[in-house]
Amino acid sequence: MSKAEASFEVHEEDGVRTLCPQGDWTVMTVHGVDPDTEPPGCGALDISALGNIDTAGALVLVRMAGDGAANLTGSHDSAARLIGLVTASGMECDPPERGDGSFFELFERTGRASVQMWTEAVATLSFLGEALATCFRMLIFKPQRLRWTSIVAVMEVAGLDALPIVAFLSFFVGMVVAFIGATSLADLGATVFTVELVGIAMMRELGVLLTGIILAGRTNSAFTAQIGAMRMRQEIDAMTTLGLSPQEVLVAPRIFAMALMTPLLAFAATIAGIFGGLVVGWLALDINPVMFISRLQDAVAVTNFWVGLSKAPIFGLVVALIGCRQGLIVGGSVQSLGSHTTTSVVQAIFSIIVIDAVFAIFYMELDL
Amino acid sequence: MSAREAAIRVRGLKTAYGSHVVHENLDLDLWKGEVLGIIGGSGTGKSVLLRAIVGLKRPSAGTVEIFGRDITRLEGAERQAVERQWGLMFQDGALFSNLTVRENVLVPLQEHTQLGRDMAREIAEMKIRLAGLDASAANKYPSDLSGGMRKRAALARALALDPALLFLDEPTAGLDPITAGKFDGLIRELQQALGLTVFLVTHDLDTLGAICDRIAVLAEKRVIATGTIAELRQLDHPWINDYFNGPRGRAAVAS
Repeated sequence: MSKAEASFEVHEEDGVRTLCPQGDWTVMTVHGVDPDTEPPGCGALDISALGNIDTAGALVLVRMAGDGAANLTGSHDSAARLIGLVTASGMECDPPERGDGSFFELFERTGRASVQMWTEAVATLSFLGEALATCFRMLIFKPQRLRWTSIVAVMEVAGLDALPIVAFLSFFVGMVVAFIGATSLADLGATVFTVELVGIAMMRELGVLLTGIILAGRTNSAFTAQIGAMRMRQEIDAMTTLGLSPQEVLVAPRIFAMALMTPLLAFAATIAGIFGGLVVGWLALDINPVMFISRLQDAVAVTNFWVGLSKAPIFGLVVALIGCRQGLIVGGSVQSLGSHTTTSVVQAIFSIIVIDAVFAIFYMELDL
Repeated sequence: MSAREAAIRVRGLKTAYGSHVVHENLDLDLWKGEVLGIIGGSGTGKSVLLRAIVGLKRPSAGTVEIFGRDITRLEGAERQAVERQWGLMFQDGALFSNLTVRENVLVPLQEHTQLGRDMAREIAEMKIRLAGLDASAANKYPSDLSGGMRKRAALARALALDPALLFLDEPTAGLDPITAGKFDGLIRELQQALGLTVFLVTHDLDTLGAICDRIAVLAEKRVIATGTIAELRQLDHPWINDYFNGPRGRAAVAS
């Protein structure tokens, strides 16, 4: 199909100006004509020299000819019909909504974001209350309605499957801590304290914190995406109309599973981290494994371990809770799914670090 | 009628998902300027046939020619040139949910033409109005639209490049009879005004009667018959008989 450029001429006869379009006027060719160079005051439109035309071409013609489009001369296979169609299509669409980009808009958005932060915090806390109430109600009054299949499934996917990555990363962090400790402590001639450093850091803080952050990135986002997609496909609505409570079916199993699995993962992370330190001590610092372990037993109080592990179920709860809540408030669009998944991960990591800090102060005051 | 040209020519098509064969030895012709309705029971692969023709599903055997080019062997720029000649309206719209209706229609215009921004916008708005949406719809997101409006928006996007060939997958499914009737009228009107060739997958007997020039019946993994409603009613095939001579079929033919 050869394409002729769109062009036009204006003829004047008896004081009436006639627009004579030539060539093809289709969506692929009309960019050659600028409808705003419209010849003033055309009273007629001659379509006999016109090649192919489609609705885009017809629209440009109607724009250029103005009133003249009503006064067609000449004949053409389809032009008259298309011009009629375009003219009949009527009114303008609403203009696109666009911010004016002014300074006020900046303030407005800042204000909105601040209010939003507060309402988010309140909503998350009320969701926490609701979810915990559901969990306890189920545990105490109707344990037979606990969904063991989904609890175990979540335990596998979110817990067991996360074990390699958690252990691996923790191992490397343990190595790094040992190296940093060794190089700094070497100046004081106290390399042997590396054992305490690694032991206390991994048991008390890093093991459980690393687990929490990895779960926030890995599991929490998966929860939001799963539940959010179910919401987009109206599965949550279907559940509600079938008399199933999303809290019982979706949220509670995830909370139970995470509260159970996170301590186990944190334990594995702690062991892997200490092992990382042990390897560095053995290979680089001439502290052999037997000495490392016996020093660990003598010098590092077991309280550290329990302090660290006590935080794990809380972190698991936070991950499950925020993941589920963000999933349940996803709207209809893909955009919303994406932004809620992001929010979910950000909130979870934020909460985990803040809660960890609160625990640190708490245990310090208790002299543990 | 020997002068008629084929817009789509399917020969010996075979499609399969794993060991499940959907079509085998399927032949089909769609002549330029006609509206062909595809009917068939659930699971006979109407939508799969559409996907195979537009290249979303690779056939296991056979050829699909569109305007004389074998689409299964085309790649790159040549393929794009053929793709630009068709518009496809998916069953549930498949509008981009993060774009407004106007932006949805603008996507093909900005991608494939050299139009200026204002001109492209104006053309997009014209298509939105042509598809029968009102002025406020252009700024809405697909999730804010009703089912009927979403179909109209999808039609507007399918028509954005003024394609010669239009694929419609169940255009009136899920619409109330009045809206469905208007939609049929709209498609017929656009088809005649723009000289479109339309490939229409539908279950709607009223649509078949109102706008299809010819109907192809899918069964037993192939096209078992093509013809007008009157021709098909003469045929002695149990499924076709049930289809057109059932209570719904009779009502549609009578009207």
